[in-house]
Amino acid sequence: MSSRESILKQVKANKPAAAPLPATLAFPPLPAADVLEKYVRIAEAVGTVVMQVESLSAIGAYLKKHYETPERVLNTVKGVGFGQELSGPIEDGHTLANLEMAVVQGTLAVAENGAVWVSEEHLPIRVLPFITEHLMLVVSEQDVVNNMHEAYARLDVSVPGFGAFISGPSRTADIEQSLVIGAHGPKRAHVFIVK
Amino acid sequence: MSSSTYIAPTDHAKAADKFMEDEERVNWHDKALWFIREKRDVASKQLPEWELLRETASQIKQNVLANLDTYLEQFEQNAKQNGITVHWAADAAEHNRIVLDIINKHGIQKLVKSKSMLTEECHLNDYLADNGIDVVDTDLGERVVQLAQEPPSHIVLPCIHKRKEEVGELFHKHLGTEKGASDPAYLTEAARQHLREKFLTSDLAITGVNFAIAETGGFVVCTNEGNADMGAHLAKVHIACMGIEKIIPKAENLSVFLRLLARSATGQPITTYSSHFHRPRPDQEMHIVLVDNGRSIQLGRKDFYNSLKCIRCGACINTCPVYRRSGGHSYHYAISGPIGAILAPNMDMKKNADLPFASTLCGSCTNVCPVKIDIHNQLYQWRQIIAKEGYVPATKAQGMKVMANVMANPTLFRVAGKSGRFMMRLAPGLASIKAVNPWAKQRDMPEAPKESFRDWYIKNKKKS
Amino acid sequence: MKVGLFIPCYIDQFYPQVAVATLQLLEKLGVDVDYPLQQTCCGQPMANSGFSHYTQGCDSLFVKNFTGYDYIVAPSGSCVLHIKDHLHDDKNQAAADQIRSRIYELCEFLTDVLQVKELQASFPHKVGFHVSCHGQRGLHLSQMSELNAEDFSKPGFLLSLVKDIELVQLNRKDECCGFGGTFCVSEEAVSVKMGKDRVQDHLEHGADYITGGDVSCLMHMEGILKRQKSGVKVLHIAEILNGQL
Ligand code: SF4
Repeated sequence: MSSRESILKQVKANKPAAAPLPATLAFPPLPAADVLEKYVRIAEAVGTVVMQVESLSAIGAYLKKHYETPERVLNTVKGVGFGQELSGPIEDGHTLANLEMAVVQGTLAVAENGAVWVSEEHLPIRVLPFITEHLMLVVSEQDVVNNMHEAYARLDVSVPGFGAFISGPSRTADIEQSLVIGAHGPKRAHVFIVK
Repeated sequence: MSSSTYIAPTDHAKAADKFMEDEERVNWHDKALWFIREKRDVASKQLPEWELLRETASQIKQNVLANLDTYLEQFEQNAKQNGITVHWAADAAEHNRIVLDIINKHGIQKLVKSKSMLTEECHLNDYLADNGIDVVDTDLGERVVQLAQEPPSHIVLPCIHKRKEEVGELFHKHLGTEKGASDPAYLTEAARQHLREKFLTSDLAITGVNFAIAETGGFVVCTNEGNADMGAHLAKVHIACMGIEKIIPKAENLSVFLRLLARSATGQPITTYSSHFHRPRPDQEMHIVLVDNGRSIQLGRKDFYNSLKCIRCGACINTCPVYRRSGGHSYHYAISGPIGAILAPNMDMKKNADLPFASTLCGSCTNVCPVKIDIHNQLYQWRQIIAKEGYVPATKAQGMKVMANVMANPTLFRVAGKSGRFMMRLAPGLASIKAVNPWAKQRDMPEAPKESFRDWYIKNKKKS
Repeated sequence: MKVGLFIPCYIDQFYPQVAVATLQLLEKLGVDVDYPLQQTCCGQPMANSGFSHYTQGCDSLFVKNFTGYDYIVAPSGSCVLHIKDHLHDDKNQAAADQIRSRIYELCEFLTDVLQVKELQASFPHKVGFHVSCHGQRGLHLSQMSELNAEDFSKPGFLLSLVKDIELVQLNRKDECCGFGGTFCVSEEAVSVKMGKDRVQDHLEHGADYITGGDVSCLMHMEGILKRQKSGVKVLHIAEILNGQL
């Protein structure tokens, strides 16, 4: 008997009595303004810089003002107008080893934890939001949801081959529990909420 | 790295005694973990629905365990359809062989690995090292203990037992940081540079799995550092290793688990990265190894199967007043603390017979557990089994027999009481040890009263 | 109402004054109390050490002693919890079950059954209350800090009825003291360290007395206090509520 069969057989023989899957949890929706306020508060608490902007071009204007080197910025969001614009896929992630900044479209943002869902659908290559030193996420205001229940209700996470909730810059507290921002992923993270 | 030179302790109490030699370190260790427990309390109290989430998570896991065979098959089928290769391993040895075969097939000599308690359980690192493979753990805490040639002392915080000066010393030796430097930010930056080079030059990445979704054939990996993603997305081959109990039915169930996991673990609302893998990149090979290694046996133990609900958040460990004062290595099992103490006897009852006794049964672990495992009841139940199987010291068993006889017989009880402090005498270990009475080593004995309550009652109260 | 008083073995032997206070307090509140003279122990020391299979004799004796009372009351949350969860008698399980449903820890008996709203007691001292785990997490005598649930405390309520008492706040309001039955000797180092830390919390907050509902925990902390030559004393809550010191 293969291990597969022996495992399945033993599991089947030993499993506990039937138990139903509980119903999906849902909570009363929050007013949009409250959701947005909550998002900003919590995202900032986890180390994200949140900017509320009128338009995509306002992001470009902001970046121009604060960052001088558009050559080292990879911009994958059309309409931002800053950095090296890119539309097609990237073949090899290793070429991004020294990337300073990436501008990436997020699908939705979650107020309760500051996270943004980023998926392959909007990525030229999977490693991009992790390898860049500074991550700029762009989310539309109407795509900010209250909690994870609402997020999963709106997403089909199995459509893209890869997707992730990203909340803030990478971090570790492994050395004596002191929080250090910038472990292996980005050292800084911005989220632009576009009206 | 060659096989570890670390020598595991075999007895919790002895190891705890040793850890206690440096009381200042114990105080620090206790405070560091209590601080995390407090953060968990704050985070959980911000959600009015917290207890409902725990109950729901527990019920989802109950459903998983009750249908584990069908969910596993469903997962396998969907994962295959997604282009993922699925392997089955009955035990640790088979798991390690499968991983090595994949590595060898690609002629790979070095790889990066993110946190996976399963691979710790299987001692994969030692096995691969013995087969000439260079494994680099990329979680900062895991890298620290790997350089120190020690196992992790905590499932979420692998080097929580190490002071920053010790980390500084290790990094000075292995990564060339400045001598005496111990600033966590400086050391973290050094590790970032050191490990980035490893990510960029490794063709194979191993990750753990936090959740695997039966309905979609995908899996989720949670980290704060981004190391699982850096490894997996840059490598040509990604191997994800998981225990068979990591299955959940549907993607939407993740909402419940991801709300609970990080809040329970560190008090964060979510880990920085919750990465959902469903298909390999076009230029990539993706493998999943489904590992049993004793789980299907535990599944059949009616008092213990729900330990398989564990999502490895570490909350029970952080809150455990014993763990905080004895350190993770005192548990001499890959998973330390209360949850380790109920999992370990399933693997080897004799070797781990001491672990269910390394608890006061205070019950705090059960209360923090996000999937409501009745951990302290299981500790109690394991004690019964272990004693019956005869895995307790003979002196203790004898003492208990005497005590049981005395307690069953009121006359004997009174005689024993009068002959002085029988409780203390009967306590296991006391009778046989002349020089040291463990109670009195650091505590005074209670003063003997003139009369027992019963004597007083007969004198003063007894009607008739 | 007829109450059977259960006095755990170590209270009988080492802390008879706690039993006296419990008896007097109940009688003051008008309860008809009987103390079965053939009682010994709840069986917990064996069971928690893994030897529940040795406790049949002790269990049967308990059933014999306490059958027929309307309530059984004991000044120990730990022993009460053990009886509630584990009392077993092959020959008379119905009687055992009845006892399990009728046994109360002293404080919960006062608040839930007698519904005490006032007490004639005064204790003009700074007091730290030690929450014992089995009473709290097992019997739910007070809310557990781990849960997201409304705060309450049955012993806390009773202490609030005592005149002039000053309760001190603790850093860790419900951390285990480390007694743990045979744990206190088999894991001596950890047990003592936990006890020292617990005592320290009370000392830091200026307590002159440490009180609680379980003599086992108090005995452990008292042993540490005495070894430290501290002037801080321990008292069972019954002694304070009884107001007869
Ligand atoms: S047993 Fe519960 S609290 Fe402990 S690690 Fe597992 S899920 Fe977390």
